[in-house]
Amino acid sequence: MARSVSTNRKLVTTFFAWVVGLAIFFPILWTILTSFKTEAQAIADPPIFFNFHWTLENYVTVQERSNYFRHFWNSVVLSGGSTLLGLIIAIPAAWSMAFVPSRRTKDILMWMLSTKMLPPVGVLVPMYLIFRNLGLLDTQIGLVIVLTLINLPIIVWMLYTYFKEIPGEILEAARMDGATLRSEILYVLTPMAIPGIASTVLLNIILAWNEAFWTLNLTAAKAAPLTAFIASYSSPEGLFYAKLSAASTMAIAPILIMGWFSQKQLVRGLTFGAVK
Amino acid sequence: MATKHSRASARIMISPAVILLLGWMLIPLSMTLYFSFLRYNLLMPGMEEFTGLTNYKYFLTDPAFFAALTNTILLVCGVLLVTVIGGVFLALLLDQPFFGQGIVRILVIAPFFVMPTVSALVWKNMFMNPVNGLFAHLFKFFGLEPFDFLAQAPLASIIGIVSWQWLPFATLILLTAFQSLDQEQLEASEMDGAPWIKRFWFIMLPHLSRAITVVILIQTIFLLSVFAEILVTTNGGPGTASTNLTYLIYMQSLLQFDVGGGSAGGVVAIILANIVAIFLMRMIGKNLDA
Repeated sequence: MARSVSTNRKLVTTFFAWVVGLAIFFPILWTILTSFKTEAQAIADPPIFFNFHWTLENYVTVQERSNYFRHFWNSVVLSGGSTLLGLIIAIPAAWSMAFVPSRRTKDILMWMLSTKMLPPVGVLVPMYLIFRNLGLLDTQIGLVIVLTLINLPIIVWMLYTYFKEIPGEILEAARMDGATLRSEILYVLTPMAIPGIASTVLLNIILAWNEAFWTLNLTAAKAAPLTAFIASYSSPEGLFYAKLSAASTMAIAPILIMGWFSQKQLVRGLTFGAVK
Repeated sequence: MATKHSRASARIMISPAVILLLGWMLIPLSMTLYFSFLRYNLLMPGMEEFTGLTNYKYFLTDPAFFAALTNTILLVCGVLLVTVIGGVFLALLLDQPFFGQGIVRILVIAPFFVMPTVSALVWKNMFMNPVNGLFAHLFKFFGLEPFDFLAQAPLASIIGIVSWQWLPFATLILLTAFQSLDQEQLEASEMDGAPWIKRFWFIMLPHLSRAITVVILIQTIFLLSVFAEILVTTNGGPGTASTNLTYLIYMQSLLQFDVGGGSAGGVVAIILANIVAIFLMRMIGKNLDA
């Protein structure tokens, strides 16, 4: 920006921006702080901000009492598995739409998007019955399939917009040199599209990690990921603030960090390219 | 440019995605439609029979449906109002030069990455609890009676929680839109003596209109399906005070095992969502140069 701004004005903006930023972030900060307090300090009135005795006791208790790591592992399997499966299905599809477009490409893309608009509750009953009859209720594999299907349109769309930016001549040159289709995709396209694929992966892991309709309705104990694990704190454990905070912090920390890295790609992925 | 050979292989490569999504859409959807015409309760297996439109009649005339529909509309509109207005002002603020821009941006978008069950539980217990919540402490500090948010204003409280989760989304998209604003046009109008409010109203806001529409449409799709926040905080209560359509159908199908009634509700929800989807698809389709 060419405009020069007076230092005074910049200082005022700095003040307001930080106040608003901290206010929005405060619930998360408060949760993290509370997770290191004792239960008595957690509900102290007036509230204690920093001058308390820091302890890791809550984290130990949460793990011992409700086996945090098993649910953490379920979340990893569900989000990682569904993203990987989604990529395997979506990369060839996005390749063919980006480099061999036909008259129907636009229609197919729009139709894929339309499946994302289906409200999940509209198919809750049949999905529940299908899962029950196939013995898929409360299994990792069942949820991986559902999460793959609900996020597949987003994966295809994001990859498509990234592939579109790669000049097709490079792929043609590889083809001229005698590369097979498989090696063209695997060794020429994929390495060039790594940044795009990486942000697609990141966004999808975030979406799958936080998905809280199917994971709550189709799991019980065995395959429950962190979303369902936290929901079990609803009562009466929710009244133990320090433990609730420790469990919450552990549930959101991995994705918070990933999210911050992916913030630039987020807009593009979530608006299906309508805002870049 | 494309050879015949590559056309054929392109068709093969796209088919797994198309077939899977087609199955995902058609199989459960046709089952929902079929169940919606049956009297079918999981507690009474083997008693299924065709009942025509009875399920729809019961679902649509149930007072709970009207309450849920009203709550759904209030929830969607309330959150949209807060996030769009808040988002415009936040984007305006964050677009100015200031110290620590990167860090503040990270702080502001953080709530978007918090899973719905966590944000609902944290707000419910640590902030809105009438005895030990931070808001209760704050009220007492000012000598006021503590307010039981989720019992006395359940829907408004949920609107607050959901708005906190979606404000970052609106801000991020509007901020991206602001950054593509033509600075020279702004400077020219500033030199011509246009006051700030006029520059905002006649230059910035029209530039944002497209991004605002996208925010509204995408959020509406997600907000129609708010579920975890209600399940964790109020269970739809007290009464039906915070039951939305999604939660009502969930109760009917998985808590009362009424497959037929739940399916009829599902069909109604799909029709409502489609009305919004049509507009969104048009917006995105216009932007797509395939």
